[in-house]
Amino acid sequence: MTWETVIGLETHVELATKTKIFCSCTTQFGGDPNTHCCPVCTGMPGTLPVLNEKVLEFAVKAGLALNCEITRRSQFDRKNYFYPDLPKAYQISQLYLPICHDGAVDIGGGKTIRIHELHMEEDAGKLVHDPWLDQTKADYNRCGVPLIEIVTEPDFRSAEEVIAYLEQLRSTLQYLEVSDCKMQEGSLRCDVNLSVRPAGSDTFGTRTEMKNLNSFKAISRAIAYESRRQIELLEEGKRVVQETRRWDENKDATYAMRSKENAQDYRYFPEPDIPPVEISEAYLERLRAEQPEMAQARQARYQAHWGLPAYDAQMVTSQKALALFFEATVALGAQPKQVSNWIMGEVLGQLSAHGMEAKDMALTPATLARLIALVQEGKLNRNTAVKVFEAVFATNGDVDAYIREHGLEQVSDTGLVSSVVEQVLAANEKSVADFKAGKEKAFGFLVGQVMRQLKGQAAPAVVNQLLREQLERQ
Amino acid sequence: MKITEEMVDYISQLSRLQLPPEEKTAMTAELEQIVGYMDVLNTLDTTDVEPLSHVFPVKNVMRADQVVPSYDRASLLAGAPAADKDAFLVPKAVE
Ligand SMILES: [Zn+2]
Repeated sequence: MTWETVIGLETHVELATKTKIFCSCTTQFGGDPNTHCCPVCTGMPGTLPVLNEKVLEFAVKAGLALNCEITRRSQFDRKNYFYPDLPKAYQISQLYLPICHDGAVDIGGGKTIRIHELHMEEDAGKLVHDPWLDQTKADYNRCGVPLIEIVTEPDFRSAEEVIAYLEQLRSTLQYLEVSDCKMQEGSLRCDVNLSVRPAGSDTFGTRTEMKNLNSFKAISRAIAYESRRQIELLEEGKRVVQETRRWDENKDATYAMRSKENAQDYRYFPEPDIPPVEISEAYLERLRAEQPEMAQARQARYQAHWGLPAYDAQMVTSQKALALFFEATVALGAQPKQVSNWIMGEVLGQLSAHGMEAKDMALTPATLARLIALVQEGKLNRNTAVKVFEAVFATNGDVDAYIREHGLEQVSDTGLVSSVVEQVLAANEKSVADFKAGKEKAFGFLVGQVMRQLKGQAAPAVVNQLLREQLERQ
Repeated sequence: MKITEEMVDYISQLSRLQLPPEEKTAMTAELEQIVGYMDVLNTLDTTDVEPLSHVFPVKNVMRADQVVPSYDRASLLAGAPAADKDAFLVPKAVE
C-alpha cells in the first residue's frame, strides 16, 4: 500500500521587542539568573500585567505578511497548568479570539499552506535540576518574553514542504524585523503534528506531536523517522497512539514522553487582567503602509530590472541587510552583476569567517562600490582587490589609503610593462623559440614571468597585448 | 447538573488540593449548588447577547516598549517560600 504523510506545524517565534510582553523587564538573551525579573514576571500576587504595544504591532505585522484576517476585537485567555516554569500557574495566551486567523503562505511549486491562526502569548522560565540540593532551580529571565505562535492547517505532505515553509516564514519575519529567528537561541521553535493515511484517503489518521525541534535538520529527520514508525505500526496491524513524542537527536529516534496527568485540561478562560484589544482601520492602514518589500518580490525585481540570474537574486536577498547592501551599492553606480558576484563570494565568505550576520557588518556600500570601480577602471587587479577587501572588511577601512600604503596600484603604464617584456624575452630565448615553433604553453610561461617581475600588479590585458606584439616583431 | 465525587477528585487534582473525605462530601454538595445556578442562567435566551468577558468598558490598555530596570534579585527571592542566592527553589520538576 502507498501511504501519505500529513503534517501540521505549530511554530513559536520570539518577538524582537526590547521589553517583555506584560512588564518592562528587558528581553536581552542571557544574564544572571533572575536578574531580568520583577514582581509581574515572577507572578507575585497583586501585580497587574500591562500589554506591550510593540507586541501587538509585531503580531499584526506578521499576520498581514502571512495574508491573515486580523481580529478586530481580540482578547487574552488564561491557560491553567501547574508547572513551575510559569510562576502564576497559568500562561497568558489567546485561545478564543486570536489576533490573526485564516492566512496562507505560498511555498512555491504551486503549493499553498493555510494558516489556521496566529496568537500572542508569554514564554516560560527555565528550570534546572540541582542534583546536590535535589531541588529544581527556577530562572524567570525568559518568563514573559513575547512569543507569537503560528498554527498551520495539516497541509504539508513532506519534510521538504515543511522546510520550504519554515524558510519562507523565517525570511518574512526577518524582513519585517519582528524576530531574529535564531533557532540555536530558541527564538524559532517548532512542534510537528504528524499522521499517515493510505494515499487517496480523505480522513486523517491518528496523529502524534513532536515537540521543540530546534534545527531544520532535526525537523526533517524527525519527520522521516516518525512517518516510517507509524507506517510500520499500521502495516503490522497495530494502531498509532495519540501522544507527545520527544526527538532524540543522538539516537535518531522519537520516544513517547511521560504523559503528564491530565495535561490536556487547561481550563482556558478569558484573562480578566487585560482589557480587550480593538484594532482600528487607521491602525491597520498604518501597519500595511509600513510593510517592507519581501525577499520574493525583491528577487523578481532584481531579475527583471537588473537581469540578475535567479540564483544570484536568491542569494543576495537571503538576508534583508544583504539585499539593502546590494541595492545601495548598485545605486552608487556599480554594475549589478559585479555587486552580486562580490556579495556571494567575498562578502558572504568574510561574514562566515567572522561568524557575523550581514546586519552587523561594518563595511559600507561605498567601500565595495569604490573597489569595484577601481577594478573596472583597470587601476586594481581583481585578485589584489580581494586582498584589499579582506584587509578593510572588519573596520570598513579606506580602500584608496590602503592601496597607496601598500603600493598595490595596478601597473597600466605601457612604457614600464614594455621594458619588462623586453627583459623577459631576452632572458628566455628557449621559450621564445618554443612559442615560434607553435607551443602556446610557452606564451603562458612568458606572461607569468612578466607578472612576476611586476609583482602581479600589471593589468593582464596590457601584458598579453604587449607580449604578443613584441613576439610577432621578433 | 449532577456533581459526582469523581468530578471533585478530578478538580482537586487539577488544583493540587488534597481534600479529606468529609470535605469532599461537603464540596460535592456545594459545587452542585453553584453549578445548579448555572442551569438557571442557562434557561435565559442569549441569542443576540454578546459574550461579556470584561465588566468595565476599557480597551487597548498598553504601555510603550521601554526598558525599566528590573527588580533587585534579593528582594524578589525574599518573597518566595524557598530560594537560594540566585534562584527560586521548587520540588524536583525535571528529570
Ligand atoms: Zn518583569
